[in-house]
Amino acid sequence: MSPLPRPTTPGAGILPVSPRWPDRSFRWLALLAALSIVALIVLVGWELYAGAALAVKKFGVGFLGSSDWNPVTDKYGALPFIFGTLVSSVIALLIAVPLGVATALFLTEMAPVRMRQPVITVIEMLAAVPSVIFGLWGVFVLVPWLRDHVFQWFKHTLGFLPLFKGPIYGPSMLAAGVVVAIMILPIITSVSREILRSVPNLQREAAYALGATHWEVIRIAVLSYARRGLFGAAVLGLGRALGETMAVTMVIGNRPDISASLFAPGYTLASVVANEFTEATTDVYLSALFELGLVLVALTIVINAIAQLMLRTLAGPGSGKVM
Amino acid sequence: MNAAAINCLPSPGLALRRRWASRGMTMLMGACAVVVMAPLFLVIYFLLREGASALDWNFFTQLPKPTGEVGGGMANAIVGTLELLGMAALIGVPIGVMGGVYLSEYGSDRVNNWIRFAADVLNGVPSIVWGMVVYALLVIPFKTFSAYAGGVALGLMMVPLVMRTTEEVLILVPQSYREAGLALGIARWKIITVIVVKTALKGIVTGVLVALARVAGETAPLLFTALGNSFWNRNLGQPIAALPLQIFSYSISPYDDWHRQAWAGALVLMLLILGLNIFVRVLSRGKSAAS
Repeated sequence: MSPLPRPTTPGAGILPVSPRWPDRSFRWLALLAALSIVALIVLVGWELYAGAALAVKKFGVGFLGSSDWNPVTDKYGALPFIFGTLVSSVIALLIAVPLGVATALFLTEMAPVRMRQPVITVIEMLAAVPSVIFGLWGVFVLVPWLRDHVFQWFKHTLGFLPLFKGPIYGPSMLAAGVVVAIMILPIITSVSREILRSVPNLQREAAYALGATHWEVIRIAVLSYARRGLFGAAVLGLGRALGETMAVTMVIGNRPDISASLFAPGYTLASVVANEFTEATTDVYLSALFELGLVLVALTIVINAIAQLMLRTLAGPGSGKVM
Repeated sequence: MNAAAINCLPSPGLALRRRWASRGMTMLMGACAVVVMAPLFLVIYFLLREGASALDWNFFTQLPKPTGEVGGGMANAIVGTLELLGMAALIGVPIGVMGGVYLSEYGSDRVNNWIRFAADVLNGVPSIVWGMVVYALLVIPFKTFSAYAGGVALGLMMVPLVMRTTEEVLILVPQSYREAGLALGIARWKIITVIVVKTALKGIVTGVLVALARVAGETAPLLFTALGNSFWNRNLGQPIAALPLQIFSYSISPYDDWHRQAWAGALVLMLLILGLNIFVRVLSRGKSAAS
């Protein structure tokens, strides 16, 4: 993501590996370690698939479309969990993308230079807060506050929409969306910041030369130039949101229902696995949970790969990492 | 739209409006930055308010009390987390660092780019999935939840993290250092270990600590590997307690005293993680740590 082109593999090609054994074996060791990444991806795919095989055979494609989740009758369907995962992630993105991009704009284009580093540090620290601590804070502080104030306000002003109808419990899809938004804000902000920093100054200067104000420069020259990269940042945030487990499990209410209301409790792929995995009493039950894991991994890997490709083509090959 | 705006420049009213719009947007963006930062301060405030009162000597020295009894501590969970981190480092650090060495010092750009891509994708795999994979890999065959399984789950998560940060810092070692080594006729593996890695050691350590701080707070991969334990773990082949697991199970319990302890545990975990992060910042003073 660095704006500067960098040498990719500095050691490569400066000397053929000497035929002596220490050199050769060192290189093999390093190669083995690097290839462990590939092995890990295969391992993840294989173990989940092997675990899910029984459920795949028993329920077939219908698993994805069924909203039946009943351990008593041993009938399982993934739909409520896919629904919950997507809805809570979309809520999170709707909150986090505008806030994150705005913060990134503030940091790269507007804030006084001396104010920037402290703000960046605070946001990096936010990224370091563990999921379970956000969950704890969510359960005891954020959700009661949302329930007593924010949700009431939504119900009063927008209550005619099906989205904001129904009783308010507290733990809900909307609460999960808010918590996940907080958790993906740091990554969206930091990736957006890198994207904005890579906008050439020539763009800005050209707009200034036309007499644009500061905000107009941002709108005309910076945002339009960075649009694709910012979209990539949002996709990366989506990838993270889909897999958030602990905090979501603690605030979403854990009920496998599909409801139009955002005040209703929901359930996500990750949280049903977290809650029910050790309680799975039958082989089919466990296997169904593995299949949910498989769906989750497929979703996140595809979304992440798309995000990485979008960000990579912008920054050129071999450029720095995106966490 | 912009062309029209420029044509209208001479009108003083419009120019004023545009200037105020610009100022207004700056304030709005600044307000967004404040909103983004607020959760960190709120979380820390509540951790201190709720957690500090429950922190006492017993918290660090005693085992959890049975359900419903007041008191007790999380000594076993604190030690358990440290043990799990140690095991994770034993797996994640050698593989990650060697992989980073390969990406920086050997291989072709094409293959290495694929490996980098795979590592970045792997970094995005939800942590709960690592728990499921290690459950299938170690818990089912050995028929027991164990500290080993928890350590492996965290260690595997560390591999791509450490690999990418190690590579990042090795690339920054000037090419002339390698050439100087070659000119002296030093074997290539010695150049890498004695010159390249040693020069970048501070950066590598930074990356490792950041990765450790990241997995230290992970709960999901431990749920069905380490499982948790209300007693001391005397055999790594048996379930072990961990701070995040304990916080989770206490915070979803119905007991007030356990909630209090969950806050205290969260405060300790947060101090551990923030401490690691601040240490890293001091270590790499001058340049900003991995963003």
